[in-house]
Amino acid sequence: MSGPLTDAVRSDLRLWLAQRASAAVLAACVVVHLALIIYAVRGGLSAAAILGRTHGSLVWLGFYLVFIAAVAVHAPIGLRQIVREMTGWRGRSLDAVAAVFAALLVVLGVRAVWGLFA
Amino acid sequence: MNLSGHRAHASYGAFVVHRLSGLALAVFLPAHFWALGTAIEGAATLDGFLKWTDQPLVKLAEIGLVVLLAAHFAGGVRLLALEFLGWRAWQKTAVAASAGFSLAAGLLFLLNLGL
Repeated sequence: MSGPLTDAVRSDLRLWLAQRASAAVLAACVVVHLALIIYAVRGGLSAAAILGRTHGSLVWLGFYLVFIAAVAVHAPIGLRQIVREMTGWRGRSLDAVAAVFAALLVVLGVRAVWGLFA
Repeated sequence: MNLSGHRAHASYGAFVVHRLSGLALAVFLPAHFWALGTAIEGAATLDGFLKWTDQPLVKLAEIGLVVLLAAHFAGGVRLLALEFLGWRAWQKTAVAASAGFSLAAGLLFLLNLGL
């Protein structure tokens, strides 16, 4: 097949690339996150111990903001793809729901990370 | 396409695990962020939340989530390697390594919980 790509194909291609690029960022983030939670649960967790270590830690704030941004790109695209493959739902309404889910992840994620690390 | 043969393949199992773990993580994430964001209003609220997470069923769910995250991570790295590096000859080894990594992460988490 030849000829110019349609807008829909171009858009799908962009989403596919965004999914892979965010996956590469997430791969690095998840290794650090898994190591951190496995380390953090040693000897139990207390609020004072957690907040004492996290408050004012700008490096971790930056790390988790990047993590949230990558998740907010990756998860909605993945969900959109699963819905498209398993149901007949397509088009702008599905894209809108995926975008709302992305916004929800950003808002809730930034709220949590800000409270912990800022 | 021989679907039964195709489905019996390790790669199909890896595809199902990747899809189901991704779905479960996507459902869990907003709840995780919301709970964390609400719990960190102060040390007392956070302590109350942490006490709630001490329940055996919650601990079991936490171990499950660690395994799901590790499985989705390992399966995803395998997919990236297949798509961008063309490591097709390594498929079965990669599937086994992904499964092993997920299990190891879950066990390590379990050991550190000190149950």
